[in-house]
Amino acid sequence: MTGFRTLLYKEVLRFWKVSFQTIAAPVLTALLYLLIFAHVLEAHVQVHGVPYTAFLIPGLVMMSALQNAFANSSSSLIQSKVTGSVVFVLLPPISYGEFFLAYVVAAMLRGLMVGTGVLLVTIWFAVPAVEAPLWILVFILFGGGIMGALGMIAGIWADKFDQLAGFQNFLIMPLTMLSGVFYSIHSLPGFWQQVSHFNPVFYMIDGFRYGFFGVSDVPPETSLAVVGSSFALVSAATLLLLRSGYKLRS
Amino acid sequence: MGVAVAIDRVEKRFAAVQALAGVSLRIDEGEFFGLLGPNGAGKTTLISCLAGLSRPDAGRLAVLGHDVVRDYRAARRLLGVVPQELVFDPFFSVRETLRIQSGYFGIRNNDDWIDEILANLDLVAKADTNMRRLSGGMKRRVLVAQALVHKPPVIVLDEPTAGVDVELRQGLWQFVRRLNRDGHTVILTTHYLEEAESLCGRIAMLKQGRVVALDSTANLLARFAGQTLSVRLVAPAALPRHLATQATMVDGNWAFPLAGAREVEQLLAELRQAGCVIDDLRLTQSDLEDVFLGVMHNAADRRSNDR
Repeated sequence: MTGFRTLLYKEVLRFWKVSFQTIAAPVLTALLYLLIFAHVLEAHVQVHGVPYTAFLIPGLVMMSALQNAFANSSSSLIQSKVTGSVVFVLLPPISYGEFFLAYVVAAMLRGLMVGTGVLLVTIWFAVPAVEAPLWILVFILFGGGIMGALGMIAGIWADKFDQLAGFQNFLIMPLTMLSGVFYSIHSLPGFWQQVSHFNPVFYMIDGFRYGFFGVSDVPPETSLAVVGSSFALVSAATLLLLRSGYKLRS
Repeated sequence: MGVAVAIDRVEKRFAAVQALAGVSLRIDEGEFFGLLGPNGAGKTTLISCLAGLSRPDAGRLAVLGHDVVRDYRAARRLLGVVPQELVFDPFFSVRETLRIQSGYFGIRNNDDWIDEILANLDLVAKADTNMRRLSGGMKRRVLVAQALVHKPPVIVLDEPTAGVDVELRQGLWQFVRRLNRDGHTVILTTHYLEEAESLCGRIAMLKQGRVVALDSTANLLARFAGQTLSVRLVAPAALPRHLATQATMVDGNWAFPLAGAREVEQLLAELRQAGCVIDDLRLTQSDLEDVFLGVMHNAADRRSNDR
């Protein structure tokens, strides 16, 4: 247990020491999104009967949390691989499970902190209701877990920073931006509505938003099932990679 | 005395390169063991397999009886490795680095031992300095300290003195010698053969993934025992053929290998008879470097005869 706790502590300390860049910066980005979109759309758009700014806030919170959970585990792994300091975690008797949990929990925590930060700075513009707080917590934790594990896969797979950037720009960004953060998928043409249903991030955002407004595009139980099984799948894949030693142990 | 490290017919291939071609070694507890060989001989690959950083294609390795694959947690707890590359985690200070490393090995509240390591490696003044701000030599010391946080009974040092100044080298060896006296098994790879000669009780020489020599340092030196008489002649005297075949020309000097000092007089007489005038001469004892070159040369001959 001490091995896991230390690795978790080190992973948290790593992003905490550069929190200006790892927490403050994404909070500012989310605030800019809110200022621009709310300014343009607030007077014209209501979603599920909710004013646009209030609708947007949970989406931004979740999007920022997800992107930063991914960024945390992936950048930590690629940095230590590129600099060679990854040997410090490969030499000790840390089990695959502990290794996995430490990185994923640290990613969840960073996601949670960024999400809370975004909520705190945007709440001044519109106060979203909180209908079902437990759903909020469940979805942000599962979402962070999935992205943290995906970040581990990307960090293990990538040999160079630009490969990781490719993963981030061509997979994670489109998945999160096209997940209904800025709109309800009911406003999309039928084909794109169907496509959105294949995006697991859509369920994370939709379920998370349900926790605030008590309304959502799909029932939260469906979202939870999708998100829960995605988490199980990505976790299993990550654990298999770690066990095989892929790209970590030659 | 038990076996500290058992290496049994280990093979490892990287694409076209056979890095290890069936290496077997037994290192007893308490030994100070040297692993020598030219670049690319497989020393670091062997250490990586022992530490679990690489997985062997065939064969088995164990640390104090614990298989490094099946029983990896126990094996790693007993092993402290100083990696060859100068790596560090730029986010932390020296003390943070050592506390974190202790935690990875399941040890909490390790400050007493950390203080002792810091003092022995002359790092006390740098304890709260960020790793990024340390010089190369200082970073090297921290790497040694990191390998020792869990008081491993078996310590592996992979070229720990590469690019390190004389003072640190001396201090480091003093500390490692003391650890060895206290019962730690030490395995050392180095390019400085005089270090290996003065420190190691037993030496294995690797070439192209094979063990080409394995014996006590004393036996290895005895095997190539003897002296070399180096002679510089006043130009333009030529060496008569029967003498020239015995000697090799090194930096303008003729080097004659001798079985002992008794042969010096005979050789000098022959030179005088041939009309050679000696400008300078020197008698040297053969050292591990001669042994190393001899072994590597013989291994090459044997391999070419095999074909």
